Amino acid sequence: MENIKAINQVTFADKVKGYLKNPASMILMLLVMAAALLTFAALLFIIAYILIKGVPNLTPSLFSLNYTTENVSMLPSIINTLIMTVCALAIAAPLGIFTAIYLVEYAKRGNKLVVLIGITAETLSGIPSIVYGLFGMLFFVTYLKWGYSILAGAFTLAIMILPLIMRTTEEALKSVSDSYREASYGLGAGRLRTVFRAVLPAAVPGILAGIILATGRIVGETAALIYTAGMVAEIPKNLMSSGRTLAIHTYVLSSEGLYTNQAYATAVILLLMVLLINILSSLVAKKLTNK
Amino acid sequence: MKKYKEQIMGGVFLVAALTSIAAVLLICLFLFANGLPAIGKIGVFDFLLGKTWAPSDSPASYGIFPMILGSVYITAGAIVIGVPIGILTSVFMARYCPKGLYKFLKPATELLAGIPSVVYGFFGLVVIVPLIRNIFGGTGSSILAASILLGIMILPTIIGVSESALRAVPESYYEGSLALGASHERSIFNIMLPAARSGIMAGVVLGIGRAIGETMAVIMVAGNQARMPAGLLKGIRTLTANIVIEMGYAADLHREALIATGVVLFIFILIINLCFSILQRRKDNNGKYQSH
Repeated sequence: MENIKAINQVTFADKVKGYLKNPASMILMLLVMAAALLTFAALLFIIAYILIKGVPNLTPSLFSLNYTTENVSMLPSIINTLIMTVCALAIAAPLGIFTAIYLVEYAKRGNKLVVLIGITAETLSGIPSIVYGLFGMLFFVTYLKWGYSILAGAFTLAIMILPLIMRTTEEALKSVSDSYREASYGLGAGRLRTVFRAVLPAAVPGILAGIILATGRIVGETAALIYTAGMVAEIPKNLMSSGRTLAIHTYVLSSEGLYTNQAYATAVILLLMVLLINILSSLVAKKLTNK
Repeated sequence: MKKYKEQIMGGVFLVAALTSIAAVLLICLFLFANGLPAIGKIGVFDFLLGKTWAPSDSPASYGIFPMILGSVYITAGAIVIGVPIGILTSVFMARYCPKGLYKFLKPATELLAGIPSVVYGFFGLVVIVPLIRNIFGGTGSSILAASILLGIMILPTIIGVSESALRAVPESYYEGSLALGASHERSIFNIMLPAARSGIMAGVVLGIGRAIGETMAVIMVAGNQARMPAGLLKGIRTLTANIVIEMGYAADLHREALIATGVVLFIFILIINLCFSILQRRKDNNGKYQSH
């Protein structure tokens, strides 16, 4: 075995020799390397630039409970973001998980409904957030007369993240080995008990990874919220009052042009939140593959 | 008792499953019901092909052709920048990247997709726009700025889809090519890439959908003048920007015209999605034939 490996081993010198003999290959290889470098350099540059410019602008006064035009505090927006995330997930997570349970555990093979739901999920995940925003404004804000409110925003976002949660849960459920189900049925458990006691617990990491990804989308969303949740920069009294999330806060500050430093600071917090959420999601996903 | 519980929960799951269908129907219903009458009132041709958008003039004109062109130009720009870099990077990810490095770079591409569009927009506003202003003069808010920014933003979409398309090509293709004496690069670019063509095209189409639908980042760097495109370095307004910028104060026919703008955007997206799923299906079929 060792000998075969040694014969097949291409050393660095061999590679260089090969490329020198074959300039077209070398150019292609260099192009690939350059493109990859450019992609990851862009990512690093964006993150580093925002962090370096923004961190010095993080002053304690930006975390005061009250927003005023002199002190454009971001704490109310952060609290709004948390409320919005909890509300949207509270609506979308059960719906998405139940839909996936129906698709994987209940629907019979060749069920037309499964195909139809697949198509609608595909459609929903392709719709841009501004169209969700328009729909939310027409339906929740105007037709249901909720006005600009956290609740209208949360429902709009819930529809937006529904396909994501559905898909990830579906994948997670499908990856649970059938022996779990067979064992559970074999012990005399019904279908419901099998789903909740045997299948779902095994699928938790996958479902969680999807929910964390959805959280990332909620935290970063702007276009769908401007005309549903509105832009009031205060902590809402209840779910029916308007409130801007951190992403909208960043947009307003940077587009007004008066608060560039504060805009840097909010962008840093927003970016850090998203970074954290992404790291969390890939950690959870890693746990899933290690098992 | 137990049987009832089973049946009730079965019903609950079914109802949950039906909500996504209901959501799509509601979205179509409300968008079309609120937008189509305005198109009727303005006239299909005046609306789609009218070259002036001046809702506050009297008589007001509601032509969204400049915005349609705006969306198309900026998307085309993003494709020109994002597609070559994206595909080459996906080749790197699938065929060049050492395993140790891949563990870090794969999450990095996901992070690129996770960065909120406002943060991209803000970055464009404070880096790309001033850069263009300093090099070429003018305001800097331009088709070029928006194209570069969107080019970066669609990278993760294209990389992700084309990487998985490349990985779906059977390894025997690559090995066969190597065995015939082709180099690593030749095997990838002449054998693997053509075999993954449908999947890569699907990635590009998905990227087009992302670019056309992008709103906040574009608003922050494109200048948003509602006029016919006047050059790469001049500002322009997209369909998405039109909605967000004017919806706040629009009333009556103006408001309906904005919703109709959303309808046009929605139809664009539906067509793009259709192309995407056709390409995806073709890719799946390719896989089936290859395995025989």
